[in-house]
Amino acid sequence: MNNNKKVIEVTNLTRKFGKFTAVDSISFDVYEGEIFGFLGANGAGKTTAIKMLIGLLAPTSGKATVAGCDVYKQSEQIKKSIGYMSQKFSLYEDLTIAENISFYAGIYGLTDGQISEKTDLLLKKLNLENSRNELIKSLPLGWKQKLAFSVAIIHGPSIVFLDEPTGGVDPITRRQFWNLIYEAADNKKTIFVTTHYMDEAEYCDRVSIMVDGKIEALDSPTNLKSKYDSYTMNDVFIQLARKNQVQG
Amino acid sequence: MPVVEVRGLTKKYGKKTAISSLSFDVNEGEIFGFIGPDGAGKTTLFRILTTLLLPNEGKANVLGKDVVKDYKYLRKHLGYMPGRFSLYMDLTVEENLKFFASIFGATIEENYYLIKDIYSQIEPFKNRRAGNLSGGMKQKLALSCALIHKPLLLVLDEPTTGVDAVSRKEFWEMLKRLKEQGITIIVSTPYMDEAVLCDKIALIQNGSILDIDTPNDIVSKFKNKLFSIKTYNKYLAIKSLESYEYKNSVYPFGDSIHYSDKRDNTDNDVLIQFLQLCGINDCEVNVIDAGIEDVFMFLMKEKRHEQ
Amino acid sequence: MRTFANFILKEIYHITRDWRSLLVLICIPVIQLFLFGYAIRTELNEAEIGIIDRSKDYITQEITNKLISSGYFKLNAYVENEKQIEHLFKNGTVKEVIIFEPHFATKLEKEGKASVMLIADASNPNIATLVTSYTSSIIRTYQLELNSKSIKANTIIIPEVKMLFNPELKSVFMFVPGLIALILMLVSALMTSITITREKEMGSMEVLLVSPLKPQMIVIGKVVPYVVISFFNSMTVLALSILIFRIPFEGSFLLFTLESILFIITALSLGILISTIANSQLVAMIMSLGGLLMPSVLLSGFIYPVENMPLILQWLSYLIPAKWFLIILKGIMLKGLGIEHLWKETLILMGMAIFFLAVSTRKLKIRLE
Repeated sequence: MNNNKKVIEVTNLTRKFGKFTAVDSISFDVYEGEIFGFLGANGAGKTTAIKMLIGLLAPTSGKATVAGCDVYKQSEQIKKSIGYMSQKFSLYEDLTIAENISFYAGIYGLTDGQISEKTDLLLKKLNLENSRNELIKSLPLGWKQKLAFSVAIIHGPSIVFLDEPTGGVDPITRRQFWNLIYEAADNKKTIFVTTHYMDEAEYCDRVSIMVDGKIEALDSPTNLKSKYDSYTMNDVFIQLARKNQVQG
Repeated sequence: MPVVEVRGLTKKYGKKTAISSLSFDVNEGEIFGFIGPDGAGKTTLFRILTTLLLPNEGKANVLGKDVVKDYKYLRKHLGYMPGRFSLYMDLTVEENLKFFASIFGATIEENYYLIKDIYSQIEPFKNRRAGNLSGGMKQKLALSCALIHKPLLLVLDEPTTGVDAVSRKEFWEMLKRLKEQGITIIVSTPYMDEAVLCDKIALIQNGSILDIDTPNDIVSKFKNKLFSIKTYNKYLAIKSLESYEYKNSVYPFGDSIHYSDKRDNTDNDVLIQFLQLCGINDCEVNVIDAGIEDVFMFLMKEKRHEQ
Repeated sequence: MRTFANFILKEIYHITRDWRSLLVLICIPVIQLFLFGYAIRTELNEAEIGIIDRSKDYITQEITNKLISSGYFKLNAYVENEKQIEHLFKNGTVKEVIIFEPHFATKLEKEGKASVMLIADASNPNIATLVTSYTSSIIRTYQLELNSKSIKANTIIIPEVKMLFNPELKSVFMFVPGLIALILMLVSALMTSITITREKEMGSMEVLLVSPLKPQMIVIGKVVPYVVISFFNSMTVLALSILIFRIPFEGSFLLFTLESILFIITALSLGILISTIANSQLVAMIMSLGGLLMPSVLLSGFIYPVENMPLILQWLSYLIPAKWFLIILKGIMLKGLGIEHLWKETLILMGMAIFFLAVSTRKLKIRLE
């Protein structure tokens, strides 16, 4: 992480829907191997911002590059160099573990040989070798999440977007999950976590907090907590959101 | 007499056991919290208590009535808020409230005093459709709807899931005021940090209760010395501590690492020295009090060893 | 009662808020009526005919001229003998063949009557009716002309109509009773099953069950508005088909209404039954469309005559409520039959209604499982 290579660069990125400004001129950089938390209340503009970063939505104005690709022109290349996992949907419940892996690997153009090699490796790492042919729906939630993360990075992306990855997971599995993330970050993968679970945010290297389309704060959790004189990120968040309510 | 009295309650779906042999009491005027991850059995338990499901074994009395036989009585006197806010999104705020009042044969006017505190915050939007409300406002409306028939017991299934931190805080403040009005509340949540807001909590995992007590008594049961370790290189520190021969548990915990040792007399310096040997020179070690989440993990591990 | 009224009010809110669906619900029957109606009822324009003239006298010549100059018909060929007719029809070259009997003029003068045979290709029953009725009316006009100026006042030309391939002219006008049955089935069964499973899917069913409301009340409350809509729809279709398409309505309107209500109850119970099985709106929709609507269209005799189907399908068709309802509607509307002729079908329908109602209310759950 002592490395200053920027993998996401965002300058004055703006998106309007008619008269409504969903994302209001945000700027930030994310570095290689960093775990970056992207926080905000429902409707703060998080989802819109991410859709622009992964090339699903064109910005109204501003500049952004992801993995060196321009979000306006090179959205196809961006899709190849990122992985994505969401809590709501990640794996097909009615397919087996092996089927899910080969499906996702297939999407990213891995060959049959690579797929079977990666599948073995992945199952071994997660201690799931004996469950290869079990349906996803028969797995405990925590295992699903770990598997989903591993599948999301199967094509070797340089950036992984995680959407509320550990909400509702038991505390031990949650830590195992974060260990996986730390490991990926140690391997120079950049992890971009969006969440409104504030305790999830505490695990990130740096977090940005979005309020009403703008980034109101951006720093490490430790610095933010001392700046806002709070014990938890939850309190930091409440202060920021309340401040805006009073002003607005 | 307890408001809820549960003995040996078990529910199976086919071969899968959703909750196994739960026993607990909820006393009048308490906020009783069920804390546990998704799939722990919270929703199944709440559905049995609200007469929506039949247990396979065991007994549950709510308000002194049997949940199986006296479901008609209970359905008049329970207030229930299921996991997803069960509002009608195409109806306005006021229409929702009116509808839920009317199915209990109540009117908004007669029980307005009970919801005034909560409903007055969304009343300016009473002609707005529920679907167009923010998460926090939906939550307030759903609570108003569950309260409008003046229930004797309020059952709230994960009311704070999916709402932002500010709304969560406000919601707990509302529950506290309802408690002051004498309403008994059972609530479930996957957020460990909400445990301290309850009078009594049950930690629940895989369909069984790990522990029931007041939040304070639960954390005092954590007997090990707990260290908080802060370092810039968390991943290396975790890996190193995992392989440390004296380690009892190592967990990343937000921006720090929580570590407990097998030895009784470990102190900060021992750990700092060990980590220095592993190439970590920037660490800051403190002894801290355990939180609910530490206890939860401790109990989970203990339970696994038993099995 | 106030609770119940409120429940229905809430359902009406749901329906009116989603005005697009409501519009579709109301417009589809009307659109279908016009589609069916106009597809069947085309204006005649130079329909090709063949003529077998065994008389070849001045009267048959005059009638032929009248027909052709009317603009409705075009003479394709003089046909030599009757054996060729079937061939001509099968080729589709002519729609109708007119046969004048031998000594037409002589007979008319001496006996005061002569007959002409109109043979139509009734494989398209609609056009067949049209051509024969146009031909008959042209001949009748000619006969009147003849009477007014001729010496003998009471000569009669008798057109004998014969329908080839489909002697009973099935399916003409049949589309209206068929359409009414379909609409009642569609709105009552499909919409009922969807609206109930929506509550399940949204999770609001949980809250409704944890209230003093009885499950029967929940279901009836949800269903009533749709009964009104489907009844309104069938009345619109009936009114439009009588006013615009001049479809005959011979029988009792009261009987029509009562039988429709009976059918609606059957369809509703089927819809409720589906909703007790299905857990999502999608499943409910597939079950209603595949399990109810398709069989109602295919096996009721609405489009394909049941008599021509394999025996197994014929037996299956006895299980389709729409089949019996169609027989009843046809009887009332087209033949003017009363209950004395339709009691058997009515009893069968009633039996089905009671059966499905009993099964579906038994299956209603007071809990989630």
